[in-house]
Amino acid sequence: MSDILDLTAGQALDRIAAGELSNEEYFDAYAEAAAGDELGAYLWRAQAGSANGAGDGPLRGAPVAVKDIFCTEGIETTAGSRILEGYRPPYTATAVRKLAEAGGRVLGKTNMDEFAMGSSNENSAYGPVRNPWDRERVPGGSSGGSAAAVAGRLAPWAIGTDTGGSIRQPASLCGVVGFKPTYGAISRYGMIAFASSLDQCGPLTRDVMDAAILLRALEGRDPCDSTSVGIEGGVELPSRTDLKGLRIGVPRELSADAEGIETGVTEVFERTLGLIADLGAEVDECELPHSAHGLSAYYVLAPAEASANLSRYDGVRYGLRAGSEDGTAETALVSMYERTRAAGFGAEVKRRIMLGTYALSSGYYEAYYGRAQRVRTKIAEDFAAAFERFDYLVTPTSPTVAFKLGARAENPLAMYMSDYCTVPMPLAGLPAISIPAGLAQPDGGGPDLPVGLQITSPAFTESGLLGAAFAIEGAIGFDARPGGTG
Amino acid sequence: MALPNNYEAVIGLEIHVQLSTKTKMFCGCALSFGDEPNVHTCPVCLAHPGTLPTVNERAVRYALQIGLALDCEIAPRSIFHRKSYFYPDNPKGYQITQYDEPLAVNGRLGDVRIHRAHLEEDAAKTIHVGSSGRIHGSAQSLVDFNRGGTPLVEIVTEPDLKSPEEAREWAQLLRTTIKQLGVSDVNMEEGSLRVDANVSIRQTGASKLGTKTELKNMNSFRFLERGIAAELERQAAVLDAGEEVAQETFHFDPRTGSLTPLRSKEYADDYRYFPEPDLAPLVSTDQMLEEARAALPELPANRRERYETELGLPEDAARQLAFDAELADFFERALQTADGAEPRTIAIWVTGELVARLREASDGEADPASSKVTPQALAALAGMVDAKQVTTGAARQVLATLVAEGGDPAQIVEREGLAQMSDAGELEAIVAAAIEAEPGAAEKVRAGNPKAIGPIVGAVMRETKGRADGGEVTRLIREKLGAG
Repeated sequence: MSDILDLTAGQALDRIAAGELSNEEYFDAYAEAAAGDELGAYLWRAQAGSANGAGDGPLRGAPVAVKDIFCTEGIETTAGSRILEGYRPPYTATAVRKLAEAGGRVLGKTNMDEFAMGSSNENSAYGPVRNPWDRERVPGGSSGGSAAAVAGRLAPWAIGTDTGGSIRQPASLCGVVGFKPTYGAISRYGMIAFASSLDQCGPLTRDVMDAAILLRALEGRDPCDSTSVGIEGGVELPSRTDLKGLRIGVPRELSADAEGIETGVTEVFERTLGLIADLGAEVDECELPHSAHGLSAYYVLAPAEASANLSRYDGVRYGLRAGSEDGTAETALVSMYERTRAAGFGAEVKRRIMLGTYALSSGYYEAYYGRAQRVRTKIAEDFAAAFERFDYLVTPTSPTVAFKLGARAENPLAMYMSDYCTVPMPLAGLPAISIPAGLAQPDGGGPDLPVGLQITSPAFTESGLLGAAFAIEGAIGFDARPGGTG
Repeated sequence: MALPNNYEAVIGLEIHVQLSTKTKMFCGCALSFGDEPNVHTCPVCLAHPGTLPTVNERAVRYALQIGLALDCEIAPRSIFHRKSYFYPDNPKGYQITQYDEPLAVNGRLGDVRIHRAHLEEDAAKTIHVGSSGRIHGSAQSLVDFNRGGTPLVEIVTEPDLKSPEEAREWAQLLRTTIKQLGVSDVNMEEGSLRVDANVSIRQTGASKLGTKTELKNMNSFRFLERGIAAELERQAAVLDAGEEVAQETFHFDPRTGSLTPLRSKEYADDYRYFPEPDLAPLVSTDQMLEEARAALPELPANRRERYETELGLPEDAARQLAFDAELADFFERALQTADGAEPRTIAIWVTGELVARLREASDGEADPASSKVTPQALAALAGMVDAKQVTTGAARQVLATLVAEGGDPAQIVEREGLAQMSDAGELEAIVAAAIEAEPGAAEKVRAGNPKAIGPIVGAVMRETKGRADGGEVTRLIREKLGAG
């Protein structure tokens, strides 16, 4: 059994295809592992023995952990929020449906920061997720449950969502691969919206090959999502073993000059740059001058969109409805709204709704939303200029390794800094992948913890990006495992 | 009561037109009216978490046609915005509408300039249980989401209208124009056409606009006229009292004809507009515009011109027909079945006598399509008038019968003995008898007083029951009395 859990999903699929492993056996091994979840990674789990159907298609009946932000018909979907407690959607998200059509099966719904707002998974209404490398530390967020489940051998792979780093940062902190594709590559239909112009679904996996396999099943234009286009030509499985002829840029602002970057992280990053050069790539420093303003722009735009996206949770049609005060229908209505939203949303969600509402208010719109949009354009222009000189850009994924539970919980600004290196890519709509690059101690000492390398590329060049990541992954040879999963 | 002479009215209209597409603006639910509540809903129009809108292509086509029919400039690229407010009729907490980059701008219909026309989605219907039918004072509110998400085109005019009557007439012209396009039922009572008015007054000749108020819920053309008139009067009284008009929104109560101000909570004013990230910009391609242009039917202004130049209709009748969709439709169908009747005769009978009878019969509304008079019958009657088979007076009697019970004019004429007298000898004898019966009048006519002929004509008409032609009767009497 532990043998099965050690396989990458790609390896398991090969065994199933060869008749060496049955898909029920594969599913049940993970269903049982998930049943013993001590990390708080899951909010809902399928029963062992519940796998049914032939398991046809490229995913051959393999179990997939699904972030609780994806609607699953008849299965409780909360987005980590009290306001959706007990909510069973009447329909299934396109991404989950596509997984099922490719032969995948939902293994469980993973814990997350409420409405994907957070970088530590401490904002879940259903409790934090623990990092399998050190249970006193956070797994990152907001797809913390998905990252911890994959790292902790509680799922072969998972899907999550990334708005400002919510796939890549937890992947980095948990030592797994996390891939945010180009905006529009995968349908957002059925994915509970946080910031619509930034949200994108993507895989969290054991290795780059698995990410490619899952992305293949997920991508595609969806008539239910006007902003989806799919990846032209599909996704090639990676096979590259060198980087000859490629030019790799290192944006100074997001690496050496990144705010709050830890020494250990810098060391691992610089060592990895050496490996990249050894693979035959030309490595040079470059600039993304406006990327330092990425976080500021992000924390205007994302809350603005969120303030509208979260208006639908009003207690009228589904989800939590707090009782209203007695009175006329009019006063009762207002008190129902106020009480429902006061009881249903957590502190961080309320903070962002207020920020966003303020930024969109009459008289402030230009100064905040308008200006942030212009910064966003500038950031996209910076990337476009860099990609004239370079094929790929590399940075550390997170300025720090996993931090302790509670360490940043009382300081939103410190928490927001977690996404310093990951926010510019979604602002520009670009694909970016985080792969484990090594281990490092946090500043001030502590256990060895994973450090992620982030690689980004022009829009819709997923196949090339996966190829480069595959070559670098091979050179790094990361084979450390979390010891704390028991 | 009219607006006092020292003031002039400045009126602009905001019109919402529900498009008659098969499905809703942003989802695949069927449009409906009058069905059981909440049967035409889906995760999208109930705003379930994770759902996304997709644009109804036909709604865009219809909106383009409206824009073109209103002589607007069509934006090569327009975008949707989110308009945020909390209310149970607004399930997403925001309405998807167009804001600063609308589909169509700078148009004109008749004498009124069009500021803009844009696409949006309709709200659901809230039903407040209680005496007032409005939320304050009601004990319970219910929501019916069948209507939620119906495609709407909002049309905003410039403040070019000067009186309640003008506003009503122009709104009717707009209705006819849209009716002709076939893109909406434009029924005010069912709410597929909703007209709000922005009203202000100023001292006659002043250039600065006064403070405007907004009037809502006037669900018929008469109420529109009445509501505006009442508000003009109210504003004049406010100014006469030396006070200032406050910017307010009023709700028209059709039962009492009165205006009551909406409370501020029902009318928040910071909608926090921002571009809808779930939808790509609407791009109107040359091909879409060409197709929309090609699909435009004959519009009222062109129709009026054709009626005058090709059919030789009098100006008033041409205008009345062209600007009233139902009337024009009736006229055109009558024209098709007419053998022998002049278009002019048909037009005059439709716009004059028929409209008058129908208004009497149904409280001011004149929709010939819902009457018992068929276009064929009206055409046949006009043909008989033209052929002098019936007199004008007899034809009026026939029409009254048609309005009351329908039927075939020829049979009615036959049955009621209304055929024009064609036997000259018979009429001459009746005339002679009438002269004998009215010797005093006959003497006066002989003495040179033509006006005295009345009683003799009257006697002939009584005797012939209106079947004689009045002109012929007069001619005969004069001839016999030597007053030729």
